Amino acid sequence: MDNNKFIRSVRLREASCRGCINCIKYCPTQAIRVHNGKAHIIDKFCIDCGRCIRYCPHHAKIPVYDPLSVINNFKYTVALPAPSLYAQYNNLTNVDIVLNALLKLGFDDVYEVSAAAELVSEASREYIKEHISEAPFISSACPSVIRLIRVKFPALISRLLPIKAPVEAAAEIARARAMKKTGLKPEEIGIIFISPCPSKVSYAKSPLGIERSNIDNVVAIKDVYPLLLPHMKHDESQLKPLSHSGRIGIGWSNAGGEAGGLLVENYLAADGIVNILRVLEELEDEKLHGLTFVELNACSGGCVGGTLTVENAYIAMAKTKRLTKYQPVSKNHLEDNPEIRNLYWADDVEYEPVFRLGNTFKESLKMMNDVEQLTAMFPGLDCGSCGAPTCQTLAEDIVRGDAAPNDCIYVLRSNIAELSQKIERLTQSGSADGQLSEEEDALLHRYIRELTTELASFGVPENMGKDM
Amino acid sequence: MGDQLIFTYIIDGDDFTRAGEASSSVKNKLKMLGVPGEVIRKVAIAMYEGEINMVIHANGGTITVTISDNDITMVLSDSGPGIPDVEQAMQEGFSTAREEVRSLGFGAGMGLPNMKRFTDEMTIDTVIGEGTAITMKVCL
Repeated sequence: MDNNKFIRSVRLREASCRGCINCIKYCPTQAIRVHNGKAHIIDKFCIDCGRCIRYCPHHAKIPVYDPLSVINNFKYTVALPAPSLYAQYNNLTNVDIVLNALLKLGFDDVYEVSAAAELVSEASREYIKEHISEAPFISSACPSVIRLIRVKFPALISRLLPIKAPVEAAAEIARARAMKKTGLKPEEIGIIFISPCPSKVSYAKSPLGIERSNIDNVVAIKDVYPLLLPHMKHDESQLKPLSHSGRIGIGWSNAGGEAGGLLVENYLAADGIVNILRVLEELEDEKLHGLTFVELNACSGGCVGGTLTVENAYIAMAKTKRLTKYQPVSKNHLEDNPEIRNLYWADDVEYEPVFRLGNTFKESLKMMNDVEQLTAMFPGLDCGSCGAPTCQTLAEDIVRGDAAPNDCIYVLRSNIAELSQKIERLTQSGSADGQLSEEEDALLHRYIRELTTELASFGVPENMGKDM
Repeated sequence: MGDQLIFTYIIDGDDFTRAGEASSSVKNKLKMLGVPGEVIRKVAIAMYEGEINMVIHANGGTITVTISDNDITMVLSDSGPGIPDVEQAMQEGFSTAREEVRSLGFGAGMGLPNMKRFTDEMTIDTVIGEGTAITMKVCL
């Protein structure tokens, strides 16, 4: 499992990358560098939030997910639609229209993630009640949030709600039911999640809190959405009744939905990666008092804001509200779901000190000293021209051995200016007949060599001149 | 004693919204040093409380943080009014914060007690009319 620990679901489409600095500036964990004209994602710093996918003006950051053709790999497939799928459609009044269309598309069965979400809500309510003295608890449904806490907020790991995410609970129930119904072996059944975001792709391959996920494949809402449209029948008398979730379950798609399902008053729900970073900082400093629950969603608007969705997040939120308005609060209860033996995490999430400079404290201390000195040498513009997001990160990269001081264009410029002055002084200081002594000549050669070395370090960005 | 790192922060006296910037910066440095989470938490909480106190009572001041092999030492010094009765000030719930400060959610009288609780050593040097220097130490 170890080599999977920092698996990520954002990929670089190198041909599209222009080597600009947008992604390095937007990355909330400073996980991207531009070297030799191309962006590079540092695996262990990346938390799969998808912000670079959103902000790359050249669409060079690509979410990784499975094609819908994976349904051909199994004898029997169950679709797990995320509740955010429903919010993609206009004027949807009945979830069964979507669920029946999924069967028409080729799935053998469907199980709503929103149904399992109601079980997770129930288990969360019970857990919080039993452990109220340890509150506030932080939601653990968004994989990017868990990854962020695991690398950056060690003191908050114990506050994560140790309960499986709705999609994991859904996958477990769906497989158990399919096995019972068909008599097939577990590996012959494909549990396929229709996901609003790529972080669930990494989650399915390398889950946190449990050893192995029951999700076999993760497909994108944006791929499935248009394919369902021709199958969507609005003649409700023709629909098989498949939907079985209420307001709480479907509401999980929106920011605040999970917290709403806990039926506690003193909660906080933050969405958007930059906002949740601030909340986590303040939670870490114990600045936020009197909270029972903290819901955090990496995407603005919640799961409806995922990078694999089609609809504007805020419009999708409104659609979810309209869809659930007349639904009962909840339709699923733990006691009616014997398939799910245990909703709690089996494994602890461990702190991964990926931002540590050295291997030991002593080594890190020494390296930090160097970082401070280097940072003081840089202009502090955080211009990104070196390929690192800030002067401080460049200093860290240098100390880690991944960059050089004259990657800083200002350091390079002053080196060149200094060498030029030396050369100029030397050529002017020659004797009256313009002749240099042997010693001066050797020095001049050395300066010129140094100058050309500096100039050569400019390199030529790969895409320079190509279109001209 | 091996290497040590010293960081100095100037705390602005009239801006509440910026209190916490210094503790945030120290927290990030400790994470880069691979300091255990529990130690980071203690330093962050104690230092933040100290920052807030300096803003509320002393119109700012200076915090010097020394990170060494064995411990993290924070020295918070200000030129404020001084603490007349340290024993009383250390009691939970005792506060001399002004009403408008309390209305912002501060001044619950937990600052100094929390600073003591989350650090391994704390000494207070205070002179009325001259200022206060609080030294806090968290062992690694």
